[in-house]
Amino acid sequence: MKLATLLTSVALAAASSAIAQTAPTKIELPYTQFTLANGLTVILHEDHAVPLVSTNMWYHVGSAREKPGRTGFAHLFEHLMFMGSGHVKPGEFDDWLEGVGGTNNGSTENDRTNYWINVPSNAIELALFLESDRMGYLLDSATPKTVEAQRDVVKNERRQSYENRPYGQAELLLGELLYPEGHPYHWPVIGYMPDLTAASYEDVVEFFKKYYAPSNASLVVAGDINPATTRKLVEKWFGDIKPAPGPEPINVPGVALTGVTKKTVTDKVQLPRIYLAWLTPPHFAPGDAALDMVADALAGGKNSRLYKRLVYELQIAQDVQAYQASQQLSSYFLIQATARPGHTVDELKKVIDEEIAKLQTVTPDAHETERSINTIEASFFKRMEQVGGFGGKADQLNAYYTATGDPDYFNEDLSRYRAMSPSDVRAAAVKFLPLDRRVELTVMPEGAK
Amino acid sequence: MKRLLLAFICLSAVVQAQAPDRTRPPQSGPPPTLKLPGIQKRALSNRLPVWIVERHEVPVVHVNLVVLGGSGDDPQGKFGIANLTASLLTEGAGSRSALEIADAVDFLGADLETNSGSDSSAVRLNVPVARLGAALPIMADVALRPTFPQAELDRQKVQRLTSIIQARDDPSAIDQLAFARVVFGPTHRYGTAQAGSAQNISAFTVEDVRAFYRATYQPANSAIIVVGDVTPDRVMPLLETSFGKWQGGSASAQHPTYQAAPLPAERQIYIVDKPGAPQSQVRIGWVGVPRSTPDYFPITVMNTVLGGAFSSRLNLNLREKHGYTYGAQSQFDMRLNAGPVVATAGIQTDKTADALKEFFLELNGILQPVPADELTRAKHYVSLRYPLGFETTGDIAARLEQAVVYHLPDDYFSTYVQKIEAVTAAEVQRVAQKYIVPNKFAVVIAGDRAAIEPGIRALNLGPIKIMTVDDVFGPAPAVPR
Repeated sequence: MKLATLLTSVALAAASSAIAQTAPTKIELPYTQFTLANGLTVILHEDHAVPLVSTNMWYHVGSAREKPGRTGFAHLFEHLMFMGSGHVKPGEFDDWLEGVGGTNNGSTENDRTNYWINVPSNAIELALFLESDRMGYLLDSATPKTVEAQRDVVKNERRQSYENRPYGQAELLLGELLYPEGHPYHWPVIGYMPDLTAASYEDVVEFFKKYYAPSNASLVVAGDINPATTRKLVEKWFGDIKPAPGPEPINVPGVALTGVTKKTVTDKVQLPRIYLAWLTPPHFAPGDAALDMVADALAGGKNSRLYKRLVYELQIAQDVQAYQASQQLSSYFLIQATARPGHTVDELKKVIDEEIAKLQTVTPDAHETERSINTIEASFFKRMEQVGGFGGKADQLNAYYTATGDPDYFNEDLSRYRAMSPSDVRAAAVKFLPLDRRVELTVMPEGAK
Repeated sequence: MKRLLLAFICLSAVVQAQAPDRTRPPQSGPPPTLKLPGIQKRALSNRLPVWIVERHEVPVVHVNLVVLGGSGDDPQGKFGIANLTASLLTEGAGSRSALEIADAVDFLGADLETNSGSDSSAVRLNVPVARLGAALPIMADVALRPTFPQAELDRQKVQRLTSIIQARDDPSAIDQLAFARVVFGPTHRYGTAQAGSAQNISAFTVEDVRAFYRATYQPANSAIIVVGDVTPDRVMPLLETSFGKWQGGSASAQHPTYQAAPLPAERQIYIVDKPGAPQSQVRIGWVGVPRSTPDYFPITVMNTVLGGAFSSRLNLNLREKHGYTYGAQSQFDMRLNAGPVVATAGIQTDKTADALKEFFLELNGILQPVPADELTRAKHYVSLRYPLGFETTGDIAARLEQAVVYHLPDDYFSTYVQKIEAVTAAEVQRVAQKYIVPNKFAVVIAGDRAAIEPGIRALNLGPIKIMTVDDVFGPAPAVPR
């Protein structure tokens, strides 16, 4: 991420009155989509709640595309995208945006890199100019010096977010333990320090030419816009960017764990923590949504099975989390829990395994499953309020477009959960959370036995 | 080669008639103005004020009960009681247990959060509007009829004491509290964490919680804020049913006022040792201003120039120019009493002394007149995006809470932009010279002492004092098992 911070006009098919329970509320996000001659996909969405326009660009490249010895490069490259371009000197990108009341940021994951700019609606053209200039003319400005400057910043991001943060190193290890050497998810997005040191200006040129083609990107412009005018502006600023062949699709063999992989590391912490992780189906594949339901049943709220037993009743854990980390090539399901003083990760693991086994053998009652569905449904409504930034509507339209080809996949996505039955939840726990095929990572206090 | 390339681009520009002029950034038209959402001010029959803002884009609603008492009102010896009280509201209320409350709320797809800050506490409901009628009675139980079970108090104590053990491992948390302790000391409320010290937490009884609840959670001391897909006609009867019969004693006594420590005679450096830490957490500052300061607008602009935005001086210097950090900021934390002013960054260990030099270069630099273009950019950054900050129902509810807690005038939102734009360079310099005092500010660092102390000593910034983690948090808590 460039800088850590922290975050619809929905057309509703059913009236949101007190009797809306009878027919499920349909979530639709109207949009316009077109493709420029150079291959750039563009999606427009109107929302006039406040005079804000957000541009949201996804490049379909992330750390999964990195080559050996250059881990962390996709993210380092993201930082260079803010350092100026052919017609924007270093510093001017933020200078100009802040001068009109704009904000901006970007982030890198395994499969994609995103960039957003929020501006008051009068400054839409400035945002499009800046976004298009770095797509078309980044290399006219990037130099070994800009690479050097952001290399130090990124190393400090790694220190701040992982090395100097309790348990931070565990997050860096999960990929290595879950995915075999050579698999694109084997290394952490932030990368290894020696690889960050090795990254060169020549790498920047190669990466840009290979992955930052218009055909390998999609742009959403959302908010207080007129779609017809906005289309003309997008054509004006992005139309002259030269087409280039996009990368070949990424192709990796499927992965599976064949046994239990155990690892114990030490950290400057006083409380031990355990991470249990499984390889699970990719985003939107069968089983993906059911595993979100499993996560909610295990650790979503005070009545969830693991919270209730570990934290509330036995009081042997300080916290417990569970989630399905949905990704393009392969997902993973994670449970983590921190032991209270005087308690051990073995005590936690025993209870966690008991609860998984119980979920695998006894079908949950209808109330529990309906509670999960209601919680997830409400989260969809809440996701409709913010236009720009991370997780705003523009970002979601781009995410759905990228994953499914349909920007307005909200209703289809929500329908996956609405269709869940208690036995689906149990079946997912049986199929995807085998106790004898997983990663068990333990963080122990330094100096502990 | 570069020239040839440029010529080629110019040529292609001629051929492609539509290629845009990139030689200068496109100019923006006149900025949009804030279309203020109308605040409809009503009251229940018990005179509890209700502020309503209608937003019909999404079928959700926020209902926030704001209580004008927070950890700033914690009595001496009971630091943390406001925070504990707020947390215990959802741990048993009306006829429901903690788990029954959570189940009922989750089943409705609602969020029901209770929370206390320095100056206020709140019970906040966020729910799909179709389920508002079902959720409000639960919210009212939580706010008006908490039962404060002993077993839940005991649970909360263990949770909180364990959190302190975890905070003692976290360099960022250590430095934040060390700074507060240095600047405000042990008796000023702002010198101790909101949740209190381990000693405070261990001693709390149910009667302490009840006493704070009785003194603070009173209708005469509260207001309800509603933002979302509702109309007053729909929501007022529901609120009347749930909150209209709430009666209580007189409004709470005055909030305690704290005399902040005067600036020290000389600058002091404090180091909390974290052997092997790859970064030094650095905080530089002292006591700032209360939220009621007449200098609010000039301070906001001055802080934006110094460290409130990405292109602020601290960040451009420490991050973009030198690469010492992932980000440097400055902040005035304004509360009922004067809160801290602080410049902060996480600095890679071997650059700690170099970074301190640059920190002080910028802290001294802001005392000089700010160039006109830099001032204009900072003002525009604050004022032009202001209308965008009323986007979600949560954004609006949070702003209304501020207005209630700090008694902001009715025209506060509508005059904000013009007040920012009216700030002059002279005012910015005046508030900088008044509140930024580089040669007396405390410097508080959590980092690897062996690696950083020699370099810091060589800078001759002032005497160096070594603090232990126990100095910051008190003795390590014994957690009941």
